[in-house]
Amino acid sequence: MNPSSSTTAEGALPGHGAHDAHGDHHDHPNYLVDGTTIKSWLLTVDHKRIAIMYLVWILLFFLVGGIFAMAIRIEMLTPGPTIMDAMTYNRTFTLHGVIMIFLFMIPAIPAVFGNFVLPLMLGAKDVAFPKLNLASLYIYLAGAFLALWGMLNGGLDTGWTFYTPYSTHTTTSVAPVLFGAFIIGFSSIATGLNFIVTIHTMRAPGITWFKLPLFAWALYATSCIQVLATPVIGLLLAVVTGEQLFQFGLFDPARGGDPVLFQHLFWFYSHPAVYIMVLPSFGVMSEVVATFSRKNIFGYRAVAYSSLGIAFVGFFVWGHHMFVSGQSTFDAGVFGVLTMLVGIFTAIKVFNWVGTVYKGAVDFKTPFAYFCGFLFFTVFGGMTGIAVATTSLDVHWHDTYFVVAHFHFIMVGATVMAFLASIHYWFPKMFGKMYHEGWGLVAAAFIILGFNATFIPQFLVGNYGMPRRYFEYPERFQALNVASSAGASLLAFGFIIVAVYLTYALAYGRASGKNPWRSKGYEWVSDSPPPTHNFVGPQPTFPEEPHLYVDPKKAEVPDAV
Amino acid sequence: MQSSAHTAGATPGGVPRLAGHFASLEVQNHAARLGMWLFLSTEILLFAGLFVCYAVYRYAFPEAFAASSRHLDLTFGTINTIVLITSSLTAALAVHYAKEGKNKLVVWMFALTIAMAGAFLVIKGFEYSHKFHEGALPGPHYRMAAVQMAGAPLYFTIYFLATGLHAFHVIVGMTVLGWLMVRVIRNPNLGPNNYTGIELGSMYWHLVDLIWIFLFPLLYLI
Amino acid sequence: MSNLADKILFLPERASTFAEKVDDLHYFVVAVTMVSSIAVGLAAIFMFFRYRRRVPNQATEYVVPNLPTEFLFVSVPLVFFLLWFAIGFRDFVWYTTPPKNTYDVYVMGKQWMWKFAYPEGPNGVNVLHVPAGRPVRLLITSRDVLHSFFVPEFRVKMDAIPGRYTQLWFEATKPGTYQVLCTEYCGLSHSKMWAEVVVLSPEDFEEWLKEQKRGRLASRQDALADTSLVPPVARMAEQGQHLAGTQGCFKCHTMDGAPHIGPTFLGMYDRVEKLENGQTIRVDEAYITQSMMDPGAHIVAGYKNVMPTFQGKLQGPETAAIVEFIKSLRTQNVREGASEGPAYEPIQ
Repeated sequence: MNPSSSTTAEGALPGHGAHDAHGDHHDHPNYLVDGTTIKSWLLTVDHKRIAIMYLVWILLFFLVGGIFAMAIRIEMLTPGPTIMDAMTYNRTFTLHGVIMIFLFMIPAIPAVFGNFVLPLMLGAKDVAFPKLNLASLYIYLAGAFLALWGMLNGGLDTGWTFYTPYSTHTTTSVAPVLFGAFIIGFSSIATGLNFIVTIHTMRAPGITWFKLPLFAWALYATSCIQVLATPVIGLLLAVVTGEQLFQFGLFDPARGGDPVLFQHLFWFYSHPAVYIMVLPSFGVMSEVVATFSRKNIFGYRAVAYSSLGIAFVGFFVWGHHMFVSGQSTFDAGVFGVLTMLVGIFTAIKVFNWVGTVYKGAVDFKTPFAYFCGFLFFTVFGGMTGIAVATTSLDVHWHDTYFVVAHFHFIMVGATVMAFLASIHYWFPKMFGKMYHEGWGLVAAAFIILGFNATFIPQFLVGNYGMPRRYFEYPERFQALNVASSAGASLLAFGFIIVAVYLTYALAYGRASGKNPWRSKGYEWVSDSPPPTHNFVGPQPTFPEEPHLYVDPKKAEVPDAV
Repeated sequence: MQSSAHTAGATPGGVPRLAGHFASLEVQNHAARLGMWLFLSTEILLFAGLFVCYAVYRYAFPEAFAASSRHLDLTFGTINTIVLITSSLTAALAVHYAKEGKNKLVVWMFALTIAMAGAFLVIKGFEYSHKFHEGALPGPHYRMAAVQMAGAPLYFTIYFLATGLHAFHVIVGMTVLGWLMVRVIRNPNLGPNNYTGIELGSMYWHLVDLIWIFLFPLLYLI
Repeated sequence: MSNLADKILFLPERASTFAEKVDDLHYFVVAVTMVSSIAVGLAAIFMFFRYRRRVPNQATEYVVPNLPTEFLFVSVPLVFFLLWFAIGFRDFVWYTTPPKNTYDVYVMGKQWMWKFAYPEGPNGVNVLHVPAGRPVRLLITSRDVLHSFFVPEFRVKMDAIPGRYTQLWFEATKPGTYQVLCTEYCGLSHSKMWAEVVVLSPEDFEEWLKEQKRGRLASRQDALADTSLVPPVARMAEQGQHLAGTQGCFKCHTMDGAPHIGPTFLGMYDRVEKLENGQTIRVDEAYITQSMMDPGAHIVAGYKNVMPTFQGKLQGPETAAIVEFIKSLRTQNVREGASEGPAYEPIQ
């Protein structure tokens, strides 16, 4: 094979061991069929099988959270009670938040796609601690089931932020739900720990730090946050559970406690948590834009450093959730200016993604369609984040639907778009099959349009003055609420289309071949789907940087930036 | 980081199993240590929340906190500190002996460590029962006549949460060291190439000690 | 022009000096957000077409940013972000620093209503009267859990925290009635915890204060200027008054202190009365309710046992409303000496 050719078929990278053209061998079956008993799945230590199991449960919880979301939007159609009473509604929005954040958003991209793709990207056989990986899945499920049990047995009505003193006095089932979230925290820490050690110790020879795929950089930054921030919320969840049961009064003013201290401790985790939710999506998008523009990422080091920058500075901005909570003006100033700095890192990434498309060779496939939606939503959502970070403006917007729209733009508009892009981009890698491209684009259109129709009215109704967590609202807010609910139906319809054609593709999709996107990302060196130990023969080497699509006969390729 | 050079047969000790996904034994040991350091950092952040609560409430109720602190048993606390620091010494010695392949001494060191941890818990138990009798209990159960000030119940809430969480970690540490001890008894094959498990267990124990070293002055001394 | 912007952005009218300050920055930030989103979007769409893939394995140029480009990418947004921070923080400092001559009102949030107390004046529930053109400072606390006091037209908001006071100041610019909404989740009826701010011209406000001191029913503190802003559950006193009319209470009880067949409602609540059998009783919710259900049980000395029972005629919430109505007729008089027997004087 010509080692420096970039136009060989299937985008094979030079330097990897020879094997025949088919995806699997007789003696190296792919991971899906290597062992077909239930036990071989439930007790697997193969990161790919663990990722698939995570995927099943995460999609299930996304469905449950989504059903709660639809219930909310239906209830919001009229100013008065529509389909439920006040206590039910209060439980519904709480559970929508708890499920979506703790059971879906935090694990979604890392536990599914990080688990599946990271070792492949590093040329490794597995993650550093495969048994810990399996344990993280079961810990996650244990916590999730405990939380769900609590939801069915009394529910929780405090909002996902469970501010004290209300959360320590309410008679709903605080303890099981919060303790379930506490248990899930251990899973998050285990995943983060695993990824950090994997990236440090298991890179194939030739993959220096500045040749790491950007998805790996993003996972690294995310894992640092997971490891450092999650213990703080873990402690808080345990303490509040105890307070609810035993009334210690650590945050109860009647016993000398300070409710604002609770908020500080809560947001110290929960702000970095939003970066846990969004950084992996930035990493995925870097991979997708490079593959589908068939071009190197524009400013590799800038993107890599900006992930670290977000992780680091993100720890110092939590007070922007508390501008009107009674914290001092000085604090507001410090948190306000640091939040502006965090915004810069995202701006850097946006410019670099757009720069990647510049002079590229764009193939507008479904993952790229999601990238388009993602780009617009990240800019708009990110800028509205800067807007609410402006202290004087946040006085009006705090705890209104403006903030709800802002964070849904990022959480749904960025992360869920990236999640969908990941599913579509790595579908052939994971299953060796392709889905129907036309339906993919149709669904993406519904989702992107439906998303806009759902959440732009929420910005406006927040401006108008509608607070969040409102079961009944003054009549003047109705028109915008109806518009938002209509959009939500479109959005839901889009998701249903995706579920249908992907399920169909799992069963009847045509074979994808090893590298249908002709990508030069490192994970495409392995077969699709990969064999159990990822590579056959000696460990592959990766002499070139990832996503190098130049024609070597033309201009000089500078050293990797 | 210790080197784990394969000096062919020159020193005693067996060769541990290399897990299939690691490139070499050295990488495996490095990964294990890195993983343990990361885990220890999570433990530090877990306690950090309680330290923050302590700091904030001490600032809000300085006299109540000082007065309540006077009512802790300084003798017991000091003995506990000495016991725990000594147990850290024996844990460190266990690692030293493990590197030299002296399996029996490793078992003894761990046994001593566990025994001292047990002593720590016993003394803590005495302290707790004394608190129960005095009425120095968290939140609504507080009824200590000696210190009736706003903020005193809060002090004891933090005291019980922090020392209780710490005691829980002491128990976990004892279990981990005990399990390691049993493994060494069953399979005495430690050596310069094979002591990572002992090292990790000992690292965990040092963290448990370190947390106490911060708790003790904050709760007992100031 | 700004009216058009307000319509598109659904911004409520500006009714305070802070609103006028803040909306300028609002327009600036929103405009730049829209422009940059559209610019990025258009640039992206343009590039999708201009640089579309023409052959499957098309090779591309290796493009990296040079240092000046990177510097531009970082510094342009940074300048905007820091500018907004500077303007916003300057305004925020102004917002959190009340001027010296504010008119103070104490606000207490409680599940699920707002109580207002003037230092030298009346207390009331769910209605706040303030003068226009004068800085007003609200000293806010909570009785139970966190609440938050939000007036969209003023662009002001501040959390109500149990166990301490927070403050919020504003200067209303014109008379009108504006809604207050609770903006921190506080339980079952969080979304009905509304109140209203009635901004009066300075002269009208002085007049109102005088009326309050006289205690005349028609302009009592709780008289809602705009009944659509506060949900019905908070208007129990009015409901009670209505019921008292339809149930025939006013045939025997007066509201203005005049003696009649039964004791007058004015100042009735919380009075200590002597009963026929010599016992004393405090007129609280329980006694008033009992008087409606079983009037003959405890009769105040000097009155005849002629009151009919309303058991079966009044539902629970209705008796509660009547109790609230009677409570609203408390007087301002300060009692001197030991509190025994009827201690009120009819107000002229």
